[in-house]
Amino acid sequence: MKPDELRGLAQKEQEARKSYRFRINVCCSSGCMPFGALRVLTAFRDAVREFKVEEECYVARTGCIGTCSLAPAVLVEPGDYLYQNVTPERAREIVKEHIVNGRPVKSMLYGNEAFFKKQLRVVLRNTGKIDPLRIEDYIAVGGYYALLKALTRMTPQGVIEEVALSGLKGRGGAGFLTGLKWRYVARAPGSPKYVIANLDEGDPGVFANRTLAEADPHAILEGMAIAAYAVGSQKGYIYVRSEYPLAVQTLKKAIEAAKSMGFLGENIFETSFSFDVELRLGAGAFVAGEETAILASIEGRRAMPRPRPPYPAQSGLWGKPTLVNNVETLANVPVILLKGSEWFSSIGSKNCTGTKCFSLTGKVNNPGLIEVPMGITLREVVFEIGGGVPPGRRFKAVQVGGPSGGFLPEQLLDLPIDYESLTKAGAIMGSGGIVVLDDTSCMVDTAKFFTEFCVDESCGKCTPCRAGLHKLFKILDGFTRGEGSVEDLSKVEDLCEFIKEASLCGLGQTAPNPTLTTLRYFRDEYVAHVMDKRCPAGKCFRSGGGGGVE
Amino acid sequence: MSKPIELTIDGRKVVAEEGETILKAAKKNGIYVPTLCYLEGVSSFGGCRLCMVEIKGSPRLFASCITPVAEGMEVLTDSERLRRYRKWAVELLLAERPHVCSVCVANGSCELQQLATELGVDHLRVDREWTDYEVDLTHERFAYDPNRCILCTRCIRVCDEVEGVHTLDLMLRGKNSKVVFDLDENWGFSQSCTSCGKCSAACPVGALYVKGKPLSEVKKKDLVSFIMERRSGK
Repeated sequence: MKPDELRGLAQKEQEARKSYRFRINVCCSSGCMPFGALRVLTAFRDAVREFKVEEECYVARTGCIGTCSLAPAVLVEPGDYLYQNVTPERAREIVKEHIVNGRPVKSMLYGNEAFFKKQLRVVLRNTGKIDPLRIEDYIAVGGYYALLKALTRMTPQGVIEEVALSGLKGRGGAGFLTGLKWRYVARAPGSPKYVIANLDEGDPGVFANRTLAEADPHAILEGMAIAAYAVGSQKGYIYVRSEYPLAVQTLKKAIEAAKSMGFLGENIFETSFSFDVELRLGAGAFVAGEETAILASIEGRRAMPRPRPPYPAQSGLWGKPTLVNNVETLANVPVILLKGSEWFSSIGSKNCTGTKCFSLTGKVNNPGLIEVPMGITLREVVFEIGGGVPPGRRFKAVQVGGPSGGFLPEQLLDLPIDYESLTKAGAIMGSGGIVVLDDTSCMVDTAKFFTEFCVDESCGKCTPCRAGLHKLFKILDGFTRGEGSVEDLSKVEDLCEFIKEASLCGLGQTAPNPTLTTLRYFRDEYVAHVMDKRCPAGKCFRSGGGGGVE
Repeated sequence: MSKPIELTIDGRKVVAEEGETILKAAKKNGIYVPTLCYLEGVSSFGGCRLCMVEIKGSPRLFASCITPVAEGMEVLTDSERLRRYRKWAVELLLAERPHVCSVCVANGSCELQQLATELGVDHLRVDREWTDYEVDLTHERFAYDPNRCILCTRCIRVCDEVEGVHTLDLMLRGKNSKVVFDLDENWGFSQSCTSCGKCSAACPVGALYVKGKPLSEVKKKDLVSFIMERRSGK
């Protein structure tokens, strides 16, 4: 592909898009598929034919729109009319009324403006608006322009500087400065160098990376290619869980399309830069998302983390310098190059720029996939975007950061969302999971539930995580069944501290967070369990124990 | 020649070679650091967490068996915090599977037992697990009791790196991890095992042992490093 061809193609696609008066975006992501999204898509296409409006109305199969509670969700442009719980019958009605008669079907519209009001979509800029399986759709919205710009008008060093100036931090959870990481890999001696996109999102209730891959795979590929150019790599891997079949399929097709168009492969945009991407599937272990475990898994070994240093930047895949970035981090890169680091760093807070995607779940009225500027408060996320807890219920806690994220109480809801504040409060940014709990949840039982997850997912390499977490789980399990005493609480804290500080990798180092934060903010519930043998939420001491997060 | 690196360990100035681990530098200078999964002559694993040290300027703890030395590094191998954590590590290993010294073949020559004594582990703060793995007595010369295994993977590493066979490896994960022969075959029926016995010589506890031999003869921790030394000398 030549630079002019890209411009020509984009123009042609934009014109084609404009020739339609309406565009119906049917969400066909993993959230809407089980609710019959594909049947709805077919129904829309049939209806458009039936009413003979094919010339003016385009029906697109898109990725996630964000409002997972409305599945199947449909977005009609122009005007961004969002229809909820669409069925094939309703699809016909929408075409008849909205498209043909020009009257949006009010009864089916999602009336909640607040869900979108505080959101800012940078990473999810195209999700729900383009067909992930059509590379032309991505090109029409400016896709691969950033790659073109990088390859033809910027030096690798310049790309790194731009990313560094933007202040972008790793979105996989640890929050390491992306520009700095790129610089380390670029400067590391050794060749070849590798780029790995981490899509091994395994946390219960987290689906941000998956949705991104299903809805906008080319944003990831473009980000990878730019990163590869910057650090001097010619080979990239996307490490994706095999439990994400739709993401795998979408990425496979996207890679094929990008290769056939010449955005991947030899001499991209007629420059000397070549870059190829391969998919690697995980075999089901949560810990495989840890950056050193990914290396082992891609090499074909057991996905066990190893101590750092050496960091992957120095010694990664097959001992070569390797850049490991989360897919959300990479999807930010094209926008940064196109709009500039200054624009990016103006979003969010001073020390934490840009946006963050969150999977908002649990006891909230509007669950779904959201993207918010850094520095937004938890209260805004839970009560404005999320619409608060269901009627008649009282907010109790919010867990930020996936299974090893801490639980924060009401009094900390005004905490701004950024890496530092969250860590200080005992939570983590993690993979971007936000789980809201109301007064029906028992905090001891909830801590037990997440500890059990980590026990199951521990790789077994280091003593604190393997043996320590199991013991922690046993003690918590005892609490929910009326065993234990107040003295045990300090033992639990002592054990948690050991696991947190002595574990080899991030899994063990963060796994005690649910227990530690519930002990810190909801100690009275523990005391009620061990002293009075009473569960304030009425969950525990029943036969079969508590139910965890429902 | 690699260039010399100066660092301090426990307040003492020492000189190490570039690329050397903290543990090696400490040992060369007669500074003792407790170890368990570490085995001289094979690659480091960094799993048991006994050899953890503090490095000034970092809140993290580092496994000294795998962390390379760096110029000007200030290492602390002993502190109240480290002692506390090492004790936890030994306690948890003892509680993880039914380690009962009085009925163990390794009694008296067991490294875990020795560490427990050394670190003052006189009781367990957590409940013990009573795993019920079958003891593998199918091999004519050796025996394997998974109930005594501490998953240090020394046997796996000697089998792979010294004998060059890789008969042994781990199966499953987390607390269910188990050292297995081939694809979880009984030892006596393993197709790849050469019956060299290095695994039992490397086992720090009583999980892998030679049938009917005094333990002092079986537990030859130095055997592996001796072999490696002889090989690298050629």
